[in-house]
Amino acid sequence: MPVLAASDLRLAAGPLDYALLAIYFAIVLGIGYLARRSVSTSLDFFLSGRSLPAWVTGLAFIAANLGALELLGMAANGAQHGIPTMHYYWVGAIPAMVFLGLVMMPFYYGSKVRSVPEFLRRRFGMGAHLFNALSFAAAQMLIAGVNLYALALLLNLMLGWPIPLSIVIAALVVLAYTTLGGLSAAIYNEVLQFFVIVAALLPVTIVGLVKVGGWNGLVDKISAGPGGAGQLEAWPATGLTGIGDATLSVLGLVFGLGFVLSFGYWTTNFAEVQRAMSAKSMSAARRTPIIGAYPKALIPAIVVIPGMIAAVVVPQMTALKAGAGADGIEYNHALPLLIRELLPNGALGIAITGLLASFMAGVAANVSSFNTVFTYDLWQHYIVKGRPDAHYLRVGRWATVGGMVVAIGTAFIAAGFSNIMDYIQALFSIFNAPLFATFILGMFWKRMTPAAGWSGLVAGTVAALVMLVLTRSGVVDLPGQGASFVGAGLAFVTDIAVSVAVTLGTRPRPDRELVGLVYGLTPKADRKHSTEGADAGWYRSPVLLGVGVLVLTVALNIIFS
Amino acid sequence: MTDRNASQPRRRAGLFDLRWIIAVLFAIYGAVLTVVGLGFTSDADVSKAAGLNINLWSGAGMLATAVVFGLWAQLRPLAVPEQPAKEALPETPPGLDTES
Repeated sequence: MPVLAASDLRLAAGPLDYALLAIYFAIVLGIGYLARRSVSTSLDFFLSGRSLPAWVTGLAFIAANLGALELLGMAANGAQHGIPTMHYYWVGAIPAMVFLGLVMMPFYYGSKVRSVPEFLRRRFGMGAHLFNALSFAAAQMLIAGVNLYALALLLNLMLGWPIPLSIVIAALVVLAYTTLGGLSAAIYNEVLQFFVIVAALLPVTIVGLVKVGGWNGLVDKISAGPGGAGQLEAWPATGLTGIGDATLSVLGLVFGLGFVLSFGYWTTNFAEVQRAMSAKSMSAARRTPIIGAYPKALIPAIVVIPGMIAAVVVPQMTALKAGAGADGIEYNHALPLLIRELLPNGALGIAITGLLASFMAGVAANVSSFNTVFTYDLWQHYIVKGRPDAHYLRVGRWATVGGMVVAIGTAFIAAGFSNIMDYIQALFSIFNAPLFATFILGMFWKRMTPAAGWSGLVAGTVAALVMLVLTRSGVVDLPGQGASFVGAGLAFVTDIAVSVAVTLGTRPRPDRELVGLVYGLTPKADRKHSTEGADAGWYRSPVLLGVGVLVLTVALNIIFS
Repeated sequence: MTDRNASQPRRRAGLFDLRWIIAVLFAIYGAVLTVVGLGFTSDADVSKAAGLNINLWSGAGMLATAVVFGLWAQLRPLAVPEQPAKEALPETPPGLDTES
């Protein structure tokens, strides 16, 4: 990212704003300290002892995803593309979250695995496990680096702290609370962060809407602007996909973004699934992603809409959209610029706190899922086996420290990339799309063999990598995020094809070894959850909640098309 | 696979009640912003925010949030279940842990 003239984005933060920020940091560290007292086994540290209520894990589930890229990137998309950005939420998240809760969670939670790679080990054995654990650990470190860099960049732009110092300070705070309290501290802080993020973004959205003359004023201004009225309709979103033909654009959205990328991300990304695994019961685990889906459907109102407002209110943004942007101004700056434009001291402090909180949530989610996979799946399985639990708890704490140091390193790598959003989408297409293909096939097709498990994963990953190289070197020309949609689709198809071919040529595992792991072999009773005590009541039914959020999403799509 | 159920009997309900922490944070924030909104917001600040006294409004909203979480925590305190997770999860069938 180009360096801005320092004064362009500097927020006029005063002592009051810093004080509000300091109060927040004090509470975050306090949670880490309090959580430490209840951590006595490695299960406490890594899965919160499977004791958390569903509303906590549900909010943590989406807060873990509400990091720097999400906030800045989606506000930027909103400024650039308008309403079609909503697809990242309504097509790209909600159906997958409901699917995770209703269909997949019984296997994750019911088989009592402690991580997504561990599920692969139980289903396919060592090859797929080792490959996935290693690639997941690597991906988390790369993404943590991106989050950390984005956080430091914002500290630098808004408050003027030097980037290296910002990276280290941010890393130390996250490290302090995750090593102390493990996943509980990370999750509790994520829930707190969620509310602070809302408290930060709601005022700027309201003030912005008043400024442009309400929703109608915004509609008029955007229709009259360079984007035209097309930016106010959700479909067919040709500007977002970079695919000119309307039908193909819809297909690309539904299959590429909606099916492969988002199902891949939400259902197999351990940083997310871990939050549900720490729920206190099967019912709570199934409700976790579904409860998260409700705020997820509504959050674009305070992320995407401020981006759209910024495009018509902030002079630098209107200039950029008209094709005459000043040097160094990008769409990524939409949200900070709007905050700078509208909020007085006080509300400004809350907004800064909210942005920093969101970025730390992202880093903490990466690091806390990394340390689990590193400790359980790599260290305990391949390096030092059969030690007392205390040993692995200690390893987990040190893995957190080590992971943070590596993330500081990858943050400096991320600093070298010009467009962070493309980089991150490419990472998802490489790591998540093939994994989803293997999962879906392995969960529903009992014949799928261990050899097919690892070879499909490897082939899918290679396919996505090849696609990345082809687009980067200009052999294939796909603008926008179209390249990663296509890459994800290709990885998915390749994985399925190779898995099926290899399965037909190798010997399957006996049925009795796959009970609880494959849909057809798991007795219905084992997939059911209790409906007594804290799980009683019609409003706690995962199916009902899931249908409710799907109806809400369809309604939103109709209203905005 | 060492600790799977080892820690079950002394399971505590859930650390400490997060709802109180949220209530306290928002009470502090709400009080500060309300005071700033009432006494220390200049006309320039108000016109910057499109004519709204946004500090006052945010402060009031946060105080209300704090009250809601405080009431929720007060009226529905954390139950410490005698029996941990009643969910009858199937035990790992033999043979599943084999490394193939």
